[in-house]
Amino acid sequence: MSLEFSADAQKKISALCERYQVSGSKKPVVLAALHLAQKEFGYLSDDALRLVARTLDLPYAHVFGVATFYTMFRREPGGVTTVRMCTNISCMLRGGYDVLDAFEKKLGIAKGMSNKQFTLVEEECIAACANAPCAVVGTKYYLDITVDQVANIVDELSREPHPESEVV
Amino acid sequence: MPTGRDTKVVTLRFGNEEARTLAGYEKTGGYQTLRKALAMRPEDITAEVKASNLRGRGGAGFATGVKWGFVPAGSPKVHLVCNADESEPGTCKDRELMYWDPHLLIEGMAISAHALRAQHNFIYIRGEMMREYVVLQKAVDDAYARGYLGKNVLGTGVQIELTVHRGAGAYICGEETALLNSLEGLRGQPRLKPPFPAVKGLFGNPTIVNNVETLMNVPAIIDKGGKWFNDLGMGRSGGTRIVCVSGHVTKPGVFELPIGITFNELINEVCGGVWKGRKVKAVIPGGVSMPPLDPDELDVPIEFDALQTDERIKPVQFLPGKQFDLGGGKPLRTMAGSGGVVVMDDQTDIPKALWRILKFFAHESCGQCTPCREGTGWMEKVSRRIADGNGKPGDLELLGTIAHGIAGNSICALGDAAAWPAMGFLTKYWADFEAKIRRAA
Repeated sequence: MSLEFSADAQKKISALCERYQVSGSKKPVVLAALHLAQKEFGYLSDDALRLVARTLDLPYAHVFGVATFYTMFRREPGGVTTVRMCTNISCMLRGGYDVLDAFEKKLGIAKGMSNKQFTLVEEECIAACANAPCAVVGTKYYLDITVDQVANIVDELSREPHPESEVV
Repeated sequence: MPTGRDTKVVTLRFGNEEARTLAGYEKTGGYQTLRKALAMRPEDITAEVKASNLRGRGGAGFATGVKWGFVPAGSPKVHLVCNADESEPGTCKDRELMYWDPHLLIEGMAISAHALRAQHNFIYIRGEMMREYVVLQKAVDDAYARGYLGKNVLGTGVQIELTVHRGAGAYICGEETALLNSLEGLRGQPRLKPPFPAVKGLFGNPTIVNNVETLMNVPAIIDKGGKWFNDLGMGRSGGTRIVCVSGHVTKPGVFELPIGITFNELINEVCGGVWKGRKVKAVIPGGVSMPPLDPDELDVPIEFDALQTDERIKPVQFLPGKQFDLGGGKPLRTMAGSGGVVVMDDQTDIPKALWRILKFFAHESCGQCTPCREGTGWMEKVSRRIADGNGKPGDLELLGTIAHGIAGNSICALGDAAAWPAMGFLTKYWADFEAKIRRAA
């Protein structure tokens, strides 16, 4: 199935192509176009990658290479809200793995997995180490998380989803 | 002499909600220094930054003014790129800086761009920093609307464009040439140097890549003078330093402090001591890439040169009795890195801590160079089995040998960043690792 960008996304991509004219190519727009494609189609299917390639006059192989290098792009459908829970050193030292376990139990999914509402990611440091353990959910941070708070956080996010695509 | 602990250069507006807006920022004197700078000759701005002894706050600590001086004179197209890809574990300052004072970064970039005669400039912000991306984009839009950015900045005829460019999740993009490749729309894999970006960088043009905190110091330097800034610091390091303290302290946080403060002072006087009344076991001095300090090494000041040369810090070995050679017989002690200080108390499982650090590097290796791609994975596996209580005799020698095989043998510093803490932890905590392996046998 051939996909198309919405008029809004097309407008954004055209504006960016103009912005990056200094580079002499449309290539620098590829990350932004992939973010937009993920927003519009939920994930980056082969068709979505073909659309980005066509839109920016790039080879499909190039777009595929870029899309599979960066961890925020997903090649399969995921949940509406992505919970990025850090377990790196500063978070680990203050119980980050226990909090991650609590998220897995409450959400009923293992890290790296999704259900309709949520995707749970074990994150490699979100740069909020002074407030470890911490998680980032779209534009929202959860800081100094304790295991007891996890149920409330999930309930809150179920009522008010924070999709990452909000900022795209 | 280093300044007192109350002197603030880049965190002055922390906690001030109003100053986060353009009008609030202007009310506190914001963008006045840009006016002053636009009336200066670009080379005079660079001279002031050179005199300030401002050193890069992203990790390497390279002299900023000297770096700017590497751009070939008369280059028709130059770019300034702000590295806002903060992701070195233990480091959490740039995220706070961008949230609390986005216009200080924009003003710092505009002044620096004028010094470099750079017209098309970029902030490469880490993909996961979604809140800060929104904040910055709004601030940039507002600055354009008021004429602080654009084709004719404040009617002076100077063109300064600024584009916020979002990444999409890759630690390696904090390495400056990987960042440039990512900005160009490629996979974020580092380039061979030379040529250095200052000669051939973004889109093939001379490019200066500076860290967020580095650029945010520039307005104060131009406002108050390079000498004033230099005098705040010590030795060849001007200004203040942001340290991010995490781990087992009573009061973790992001603090702007005099460069001469020692780790013991930081932990005990600023952070309320080690938590739960315990003693310190290990301190990572500047992000997880840096070899740790043991309790006997904490009277050293948090300063770029001291951490590399102070003889109170034991040289790193890759095997017992075999000193690691940084080149020309130079020992590796540690480095000030990114300012991320991670404190571990005396009940910390050191083998587990090292495993978690090595797991990170195995995940983040870009895959370009064999020693790093394979070696980081091997180190993760060996350290994991030690941490899990399944270590075998000879594992420590294996780990040290792999680390030694990676260090210095990859295009970028990620290989070193993985090898250094492995060798550093083995040097100082060999007995802890051995005890864990003995229990496994």
